[in-house]
Amino acid sequence: MLRDITLGQYYQTDSVIHKLDPRVKLIATVCFIISLFIVGSWVGYAVAAVFLAVSVKLSNVPFKFMVKGMRAIVFILLITVVFNLFLTPGEVLLSVWKIRITKEGLRMALQMAVRLSFLIIGSSVMTLTTTPNSLTDAMEKLMKPLKIFKVPVHEVAMMMSIALRFIPILLEETDKIMKAQIARGADFESGNLIKKAKAMVPLLVPLFISAFRRANDLAMAMEARCYRGGEHRTKMKPLKYAARDKAAYGILAVYFGVCIAIGVFL
Amino acid sequence: MPIILDHVNYVYGSDTALAVHALKDINLVIPDGQFIGLIGHTGSGKSTLVQHLNGLIKPTGGNIYFNGEDIHAQDYDKKKLRSKVGLVFQYPEHQLFEIDVFSDVCFGPKNLGLSRQEAELRAYAALKQVGLEDEYFYQSPFDLSGGQKRRVAIAGVLAMKPEVLVLDEPTAGLDPKGRDEILDQIAKLKEETGITVILVSHSMEDVAKYVERIIVMNQGSVMYDDMPREVFQHYKELEQVGLAAPQVTYIMQALCDNGMPVRTDATTIGEAVGEIMRVLEKKVRKCPKITCADAG
Repeated sequence: MLRDITLGQYYQTDSVIHKLDPRVKLIATVCFIISLFIVGSWVGYAVAAVFLAVSVKLSNVPFKFMVKGMRAIVFILLITVVFNLFLTPGEVLLSVWKIRITKEGLRMALQMAVRLSFLIIGSSVMTLTTTPNSLTDAMEKLMKPLKIFKVPVHEVAMMMSIALRFIPILLEETDKIMKAQIARGADFESGNLIKKAKAMVPLLVPLFISAFRRANDLAMAMEARCYRGGEHRTKMKPLKYAARDKAAYGILAVYFGVCIAIGVFL
Repeated sequence: MPIILDHVNYVYGSDTALAVHALKDINLVIPDGQFIGLIGHTGSGKSTLVQHLNGLIKPTGGNIYFNGEDIHAQDYDKKKLRSKVGLVFQYPEHQLFEIDVFSDVCFGPKNLGLSRQEAELRAYAALKQVGLEDEYFYQSPFDLSGGQKRRVAIAGVLAMKPEVLVLDEPTAGLDPKGRDEILDQIAKLKEETGITVILVSHSMEDVAKYVERIIVMNQGSVMYDDMPREVFQHYKELEQVGLAAPQVTYIMQALCDNGMPVRTDATTIGEAVGEIMRVLEKKVRKCPKITCADAG
């Protein structure tokens, strides 16, 4: 049940996309998301679809996994589609009682569905092919200029990587405590909302205690190894652009250019 | 109420690239009232196996029968099964949550739908069985020491009056005194109530003293399933899979290799002492003429 959560999940396999510098992947993902909102025509979505399909193919991650991430947002997707479909004013296509479907609404709803699903699949290509650690490395590096404005870039990146690192640990812990309580006859599934909420107490109390204990241990371990924040800290594996990263930037620039052109002229 | 495992297989993450075949064709019969040691190196599948016994994990292949009924049949009452097969997880003290020790132990029996009075009676009996003194009953479980917390957690399962008690490494992380106390209490409990006990461990030393049958797991399969003295005879093979026989086995083996005609299948220190004495006495009787003066 809990293993279905794919947030921040990394799929280990060998591919060109896996080998890319995480900064490239991060920038590419941001550009891809922006491009989805720049282009407003079906030609533009077709181009985006091709770009996405090629990345998915190159990443060697089974498409099944990408779709798994979609399951979580099906509900949001439905709400967005329904709202756009019924609440956009314009030329009426169909009218039943007070509900009207307009041409603009239909168009908007379809666009939203495509945008959202592309957005999710696009970002899962990044998370599935990049380990959380290299992702935060990339963020730290890319946000370094913000240091001028006294933004604690390193600390934020460290907190993020710790948070990401702890997702699977806490999930596993939850699973373990849940099983232990089920073994003692606890019931997490049946009953009404209040009963279900009450049933969470035997799960949440041990989980919080364990989270605090782990945080305490980790802080102690970091101090024992003389962690003092980002000042003068060097990396064991500093990020360096290789030839393929430059090529990827080139491809990305072309794609982004095409998308802007489509957005402006079509 | 015997448990039968019939060709049980389990694969973790079967639809991913990282599928792990954790259990491979396990066939076991666990009869009533046996004291069993389940031993294996880290990752050998012992924890996965015990979670099958009360239906927490559904095998990806094969069947498990409790008292002749398939526990994964549609209409089988899993909750009842879990009250009959009590499972104490590794580091069970991490599951404590109530405001005081006594209410925490009551959690299990209350979930069985027992009356408050009955639940409290059982909780009291269980806390006595694990040897916790009355003065701790109304303290927060989080204020107790590690060993006491573990007793409370074990009592939480005992209070459900299981017919089969499974303990997954109940002594992990305890000091030698705490370890011996817990194991002695489990042995005493076994003696008094006659329930089936399955003790999971990676230490032969721990289980050798108590159990009457040892199941050795290696890489998801059952490697040996026999009486302790028979299993320990394979001490060389055990070493190859990252386990070891009890120290007495090595001592007896070394004595034998160096020409002392002892039997090598002693499993406890007591037995070893008896065996060495027997041989020594025989020798003395055989060569009564040797005295200190002669030797000097």
